[in-house]
Amino acid sequence: MSQMKISPETVDWECATCGRALELSKVHVAYLESRFTVELLRCPDCGLVYIPEELANGKMAEVERILEDK
Amino acid sequence: MDQKELREIENRCIQEEPAWCMAECPLHVDVRLFLKKMAEGKWDAARKVLDKTMPFPGILGRICDHPCEKKCKRGEVDAPVAISELERACVTFTASLKKVMLLPDRGKRVAVIGSGLSSLTAAWDLIRKGYGVAIFEPGSYLGGSLWNLPHDLLPKQIIGDETALLQNTGVRINLKAAITPERFEEMYADFDAVYIGQDNEIACDFGLAQTPSGRIRTDDVTRAASRKGVFAGGIPEDGSTRPSPVLNAAQGRWAATSADRYIQNVSMTAARPHEGPMKTRLYTDITGIPPLPRTPVSDPEEGYDKEAAIGEAGRCLQCECMECVKACPYLEHYKSYPKSYARQIYNNLSIVKGDRKANTLINSCSLCRLCETVCPESFSMADLCHNARQEMVRVGKMPPSAHEFALLDMAFSNSDKCALARHAPGESGSAWLFFPGCQLSGSAPGHVTQSYSYLREKLGNRVGLMLGCCGAPAHWGGDAKRADAVTAQLKAQWTKMGHPRPVLACSSCMEMFRKFLPEADPVSLWEIMAREGLPETALNARAGASAVAVIDPCTARHDTGVQESVRHILRETGFSVAELDHSREMTECCGFGGLMANANPDMAREVIRRRAGQSPLDYVAYCAVCRDHLATTGKRTAHLLDYIWPDEAGPDPAERKNPGYSLRHENRARLREKLLSELWGEKTEETDACEKIVLHISDEVRDRLEDRRILTGDIQKVLFHVQNGGAHFKNPKTGHWLAVHRPLNVTFWVEYAPSGQGFEIYNAYCHRMIIVEEGK
Ligand code: SF4
Ligand code: SF4
Ligand code: SF4
Ligand SMILES: [Zn+2]
Repeated sequence: MSQMKISPETVDWECATCGRALELSKVHVAYLESRFTVELLRCPDCGLVYIPEELANGKMAEVERILEDK
Repeated sequence: MDQKELREIENRCIQEEPAWCMAECPLHVDVRLFLKKMAEGKWDAARKVLDKTMPFPGILGRICDHPCEKKCKRGEVDAPVAISELERACVTFTASLKKVMLLPDRGKRVAVIGSGLSSLTAAWDLIRKGYGVAIFEPGSYLGGSLWNLPHDLLPKQIIGDETALLQNTGVRINLKAAITPERFEEMYADFDAVYIGQDNEIACDFGLAQTPSGRIRTDDVTRAASRKGVFAGGIPEDGSTRPSPVLNAAQGRWAATSADRYIQNVSMTAARPHEGPMKTRLYTDITGIPPLPRTPVSDPEEGYDKEAAIGEAGRCLQCECMECVKACPYLEHYKSYPKSYARQIYNNLSIVKGDRKANTLINSCSLCRLCETVCPESFSMADLCHNARQEMVRVGKMPPSAHEFALLDMAFSNSDKCALARHAPGESGSAWLFFPGCQLSGSAPGHVTQSYSYLREKLGNRVGLMLGCCGAPAHWGGDAKRADAVTAQLKAQWTKMGHPRPVLACSSCMEMFRKFLPEADPVSLWEIMAREGLPETALNARAGASAVAVIDPCTARHDTGVQESVRHILRETGFSVAELDHSREMTECCGFGGLMANANPDMAREVIRRRAGQSPLDYVAYCAVCRDHLATTGKRTAHLLDYIWPDEAGPDPAERKNPGYSLRHENRARLREKLLSELWGEKTEETDACEKIVLHISDEVRDRLEDRRILTGDIQKVLFHVQNGGAHFKNPKTGHWLAVHRPLNVTFWVEYAPSGQGFEIYNAYCHRMIIVEEGK
């Protein structure tokens, strides 16, 4: 999961509710019985986490698959 | 599955049975492997195969009387492979690479009388097993009558070299030994066992029971004589007078095995079914193998030269079964065959911790049952995989992603939005019940409406209608509980409607109904149409009709009544019907069966691509899924009903697009609404607020959503969520919005912008992983 890195510079999304730019922070993600900690972009105010398309279709999908086969 | 069941399943697959040559060889030399190496010109590797099993390959390789050849499968095509000449060539062109490995000395000793091939073999095997061996030969050299063979066949030098090998291993050799009754008694007392080789005449009465022909009487397999610890061999088979070198060697070998067991005081007879020529259950298809005459020997005395040997070895068929693997791309993909898949699946099910490597293997089978149809032993990979799935679901180890999409699709088809069960308008009972199935309803709802009015016209008005899914997806996915729930519900409805006879338009539904509702005696729409006659519209299609190839769905594989009806209907409609190589009983799955397309989309794509390429003719399918899957490849494929109600099918039915998942949902829901209002005059309840949200989606994005299994309904839910205060992002540069929502087990992300009355959708993606909220 450590490869689930993203570079904040290329992300233009900001939180629509709070109007804040997103910041890197540690986030817990879980699937089936496993939990991981990853660095992801989130709204510093309300905590809304952003998952980019490349992550969802790439590393995340791969890890989902591996965990399903456990 | 327990060990015993696994064994039984494995035993069904005969792929690992020996080839005929090996089975017939009394020593079971792996002739097939030997010939493979020979054909590749790998001389040393070929020699290694002989060295592994043959005692004294330098001798036996030249003089073996090759009983294998008379059973060689190639002989059924033209002439057997010249196995014996090839063994001769191999030992002529190579030196032995044998490394002699002796087991530690056991402190026990065996006497071997005589030094023909059987005695030499017994001595060779016993010294390697760690026994002290002493040979007693009445003559003045080892080998006996081997020295009488023509020099061209067996050069004297070779006899000397090969027997010297025996001396080097430490066998004690007594030449000019007097073999008398008294000397035999001394041996019997001094040694732990005695072997008597009768390859050459030995003038001595050993005081043992004899056969009428004056040989020592022995057990056929153990070679045990009438006295404990005495073994004998080197005797022609009863009724034969010609000694067989390979049989002599084999008898020496069996006697050595028995002597070893006798000395160790374990059963001499247990677990020895494979000694000597045996039957094999192997099956090898030889149809279409072109005849190829046996390569003549280059020189009658010298035998083959290298080139001729390689050519002759290439005639070997490398006998194996693989019938199912040749027929099924799925079985081929995993690079092995059912016997080994059975073990992999067993291991997968037995794992407590660690990777379940066979999950995808188990879930990718289309359960189409082609394998069991082509297998000479009816091995069913479908049953194997299906049982494994049920077990995985039972113990909670089925990966959620494998089938969830199909299960949700099924749930939607059976929800209030799509499902329906009614007597015909104006009727209070039903003699018949039309069940079109969820796939036809999703793919071509117009055909459902037409078929229903056709049936009421032909069968009298008492034809009820039931919309929904038969439960096949849950059944295929191994989810017995869910499948049972669906079928129980259907059965209850059917009972409530007064046991009408079901008329089915889908072969998968037919399979399910036959399983859970056999007493209803379901009949296919095609059989009814063939019997009752076609509507005018079908007959009008006659003009311009040409040749088409029929696609039988895998679930109609054994349904000859249905197959005939379909062909009859097509001919009535004016088509000439062509058969694919794989049709009727041999038909192939479209990749949807068994939920292959859900668990392994890449494989399903490959399967359907192969199917699409089997004929240049237009295809006609009579399963909505086969039709739509073929359409995705660009192959011109129509549904049979497209030619019966051409008005519903558009100008060129063979070009109709696959409606895709989202439209399927919509089609089913709209079909219900339309039928309710048109036939029963009922106004449907307000559509969900969600469904009112208008989406603008370009073709490109639509294709992407389709690939990602994201439905427009999912997107509407996400947008509805935002409208009701759900979190989202904005991009000041593009002016786009990005909303996120997890209605069930999947988190959806939708990039959009308001546009007119609705929304323009730019992108959507999804994942199953959950972001854990702080503090949870
Ligand atoms: S057809 Fe397949 S399953 Fe049947 S014996 Fe041959 S290899 Fe085994
Ligand atoms: S064709 Fe080859 S593998 Fe088959 S029986 Fe003959 S020698 Fe053996
Ligand atoms: S896909 Fe069909 S032929 Fe292939 S293993 Fe499964 S049931 Fe057998
Ligand atoms: Zn915020």
